[in-house]
Amino acid sequence: MRISQTSSSANEPGRIRLLAAVLALLLIAAALFSLCVGASGTSLLTGLADLLRGVSSPAARIVRYIRLPRVLAAMLTGAALAASGVLIQGVLGNPLAGPNVIGVNAGAGFCTLLCACLLPSAAKLLPAAAFAGALLAALVILLLADRMGASRITVVLAGVAISSIFSAGSDLITTLDPDATLGMSAFMIGGFADVSAARLRTAAVYILPALAAALLLAGDLDVLALGDEVAASLGLRVRRTRVLLLAVASVLAGAAVSFAGLLGFVGLIVPHAVRRAVGGEHRQLLPLSMLGGALFTLLCDTAARTLFAPYEVPVGILLSLVGGPFFLFLLLRSRKGARI
Amino acid sequence: MIELNRMTFGYASGAPLIAGLSARFGDGRIRAVLGPNGSGKSTLLRLCARQLTPASGTLRVGGQDAAGYDAKAFARMLAYLPQSRPVPMITVRALVAHGRFPHLGMTRRLSARDKDAVAHALAVTGLCSVAGRDLRTLSGGQRQKAYLAMLIAQDAPHLLLDEPTTYLDIGHQLELCAILRALRDEGRCVVVVMHDLAQALSLADDVLLLHGGQPLYDGPADGLIPSGAIERAFGVRPVLRESVQFERIP
Repeated sequence: MRISQTSSSANEPGRIRLLAAVLALLLIAAALFSLCVGASGTSLLTGLADLLRGVSSPAARIVRYIRLPRVLAAMLTGAALAASGVLIQGVLGNPLAGPNVIGVNAGAGFCTLLCACLLPSAAKLLPAAAFAGALLAALVILLLADRMGASRITVVLAGVAISSIFSAGSDLITTLDPDATLGMSAFMIGGFADVSAARLRTAAVYILPALAAALLLAGDLDVLALGDEVAASLGLRVRRTRVLLLAVASVLAGAAVSFAGLLGFVGLIVPHAVRRAVGGEHRQLLPLSMLGGALFTLLCDTAARTLFAPYEVPVGILLSLVGGPFFLFLLLRSRKGARI
Repeated sequence: MIELNRMTFGYASGAPLIAGLSARFGDGRIRAVLGPNGSGKSTLLRLCARQLTPASGTLRVGGQDAAGYDAKAFARMLAYLPQSRPVPMITVRALVAHGRFPHLGMTRRLSARDKDAVAHALAVTGLCSVAGRDLRTLSGGQRQKAYLAMLIAQDAPHLLLDEPTTYLDIGHQLELCAILRALRDEGRCVVVVMHDLAQALSLADDVLLLHGGQPLYDGPADGLIPSGAIERAFGVRPVLRESVQFERIP
């Protein structure tokens, strides 16, 4: 009875609009707050005020060149990972799926290690290597799955096989050249400490169009949720749509991983939390998850760099430490996971 | 009108499930497709719905070669309800609205006409009061009607349904049959795979009885029992005697 009540009210358009507005306002407030606090002790608002007035004070420069890119990076990454999670979970009909299922993490990890091993001095290439690796792994999996008919289970199985091959490659490099792993732990944990405006711009070039494409394809995702046969009978080209959606998801996750490291957990928990609030229809779930992912990642990153200032906790650790218990709390509150 | 001409289909391994089958399903008629398990009923329906590609033979829908339609144009001509229907986290209204998918443009927005079609489908199936409910909270019978409403919203002149009455209680079964008759009376071509012979005979105008992928009987429902095809297909004998029957209370 409780289920039917929550879900019947959950789909009222008014409630969803209200939730979207609340999330957007919270996001703006969090972004402003995050711009005003930091390890440098720059006083509240002065930097932001100077920046807006066009005064080039040190405080304004800190806001402009350090905090602003970082705030934008956290929001962009959170939105991209959450959207990627929604797409992958929807396409595969599997609530446990995430970017790791299509090999994004394993591919990115392998190529980053390979780059560090072959070109130890070219640390600047690492993000590009991570992006290339993420896309390469996803591409191989999609081609294989397409060959085998792109059914849900073949995508997952191909993902497991390819991921383990890339992981074995990573282990091989680690064994043969232990020095290559120096500086890798930051990537594996994930964080925004190294974000620069230039890297942000590169990632945004991929992420923003991919987010737009995801929003356009959300309706098709709803039809796909009816199962392959029903979707096909409604005139949806199932195989093409599935591969296209996974390609968009891998660009999103790959670009996010390339400059933020392995933060895949966002892509798992944010869609679930939002789904519990608004139901499973992707035209609502996707935009709200983007907002939710941006907000959650930004809050965690702000906490990560201010709680123990001047020291900084990698945000990946905080995301899991905060997100994990929160996720368990959600699971416990649902009746034996009925809404998941 | 759906016309199959010398259709052959089989999976890569093994003998063809359907070999050189020709059949014709007319407009304004309900056609029951009957046969023992594994006789090719569902395969035939999937072939008609273009879910399977035949090894040879042609399919014509609405007087045109079915291969000539693109995916959405075909979905506007022919609606198909498969046997396995997932139960996603979705409201009844949203599910029914998906029936309009082949009518939508790039933006996927419902026009006033689309919304009318959805409202009509909900009204015909008596689902207005649960339109806002999550599909997963409904009974099996209501879910089945929700999928039927989706098919009605699709507004195609040809309807194929694979075992729509299986697992439903007698009240829901008869309600479903009444809706199918109404769809037929609108001039649509309705093809239904069924297991319950007695119900098929009371619902259908015509019957196609398959056995091993071959038609044992293809004709009006009245002629099925006299033809002796039931004995050959199922190894059972129809016994005509006074027995209790059920009808809907209007």
